[in-house]
Amino acid sequence: MQRWLLQLLAVAALMVPPVGALAHAFLDHAVPPVGGAVPTPPKEIRLTFSEGVEPRFSGIELATSDGRAIATAPAIRDPADDKQLVLAVPNLAPGRYRVNWHVVSVDTHRTEGEFTFTVGP
Amino acid sequence: MLAASLIGRARLVVAVSLMITYASGAVAHGFAGDRFFPATILTPDPFVADEMSLPTAVINPPSPDGSRAIDIEADLAKRITPDLGLTLSHRWESLTVPDMPAVTGLGGAFSAELDYQVLLDAPHQALALLGVNTSFGHTGRVQALGAPDFTTISPVIDFGKGFGDLPESMPWLRPLAITGTLNFGFPTKTQSAGVPNPNTFNFGFSFQYSLEYLQHYVTDVGLSAPFDRLIPLVEVSFSTAVNRGLGGQTVGTIQPGVIWFGQYVQIGAEAIIPASRLTGHGYGGVVQLHFYLDDLFSNSLGRPLLRW
Repeated sequence: MQRWLLQLLAVAALMVPPVGALAHAFLDHAVPPVGGAVPTPPKEIRLTFSEGVEPRFSGIELATSDGRAIATAPAIRDPADDKQLVLAVPNLAPGRYRVNWHVVSVDTHRTEGEFTFTVGP
Repeated sequence: MLAASLIGRARLVVAVSLMITYASGAVAHGFAGDRFFPATILTPDPFVADEMSLPTAVINPPSPDGSRAIDIEADLAKRITPDLGLTLSHRWESLTVPDMPAVTGLGGAFSAELDYQVLLDAPHQALALLGVNTSFGHTGRVQALGAPDFTTISPVIDFGKGFGDLPESMPWLRPLAITGTLNFGFPTKTQSAGVPNPNTFNFGFSFQYSLEYLQHYVTDVGLSAPFDRLIPLVEVSFSTAVNRGLGGQTVGTIQPGVIWFGQYVQIGAEAIIPASRLTGHGYGGVVQLHFYLDDLFSNSLGRPLLRW
């Protein structure tokens, strides 16, 4: 086998993720769905990420579509799944709402995002 | 007691580390707010990062003289500070000329680029950096593969803009993003073996449509893995000679393709279409395997060398 190919394979082998390697937490799934509509007010907003998140530096804020903040308790990490962040929400009137989230994955990478959803017929 | 004290101290170190990261807004990867910019194959990235492309395999379109080159390229990008980065790159080449045996070896020139992140506007998903690229002469096979026997110095501006800040009334346009590069190349020799080495104006763009942004930031269209990590894109790149009797001669390519990104790696594939007769004829292709060192080695190699 060519020497250069062996060298290439050796370097590639070094790139195998070390045990416990972690990465940026991308949003994987949202309930209510991103940009979607739900017929009845949700009891919670549940975001699932691609990596475990650090709850002390992660959060979800809820606001009306015109930017008025809705008071909630802080979001918590699901005790059964460190990739899920959950925000309990009060009874929401029909209308459009904006969700802002920011998370720090457990290896300190930070990501953020926002989306809207609609409550009502 | 001692154990409890050590655990407490370790927790404090982790918390401080998290706060420093949170406060600095340091961007590894290509993030501007909630926009993720992938490392594009042809267009230089508008962000400093800890990443590596290995390999980038290129089957070039046939040249006007009928020769055809296959390249294996490697790039390593490393942050020196959170905003200052260095990129090193080189390539191995196999050149086939009609009726001649193939010639192989280091083609092109070893290059180093020092970049400084001058703009990171999260709300507007905008990025820009200024840099200086130096491709060094005599770092490839000059006679056999046409590698340069001169050094070229190029001041560089790279930029990126996502359109997630467009009004919500235009949901289907919000996943769009553009990155671009502008640079002038100044060779340190005016000619080589009687052939002029002109100054060049080089520019290129990538036009990206992020299905990840569409699915997770705009509207749930039902995409799941792996399709929610796809970014279809078109890249274009041109180089125009501006003096030494060659002014106006332009070479360039148009490269439609797709990038898929995961947690640690991304894979890209593009077709290569010559954009001028000088560039060649027919088609080529390129595939790239790209590693996110900041995710693979988040506590060592993936961090800036210095932090201020």
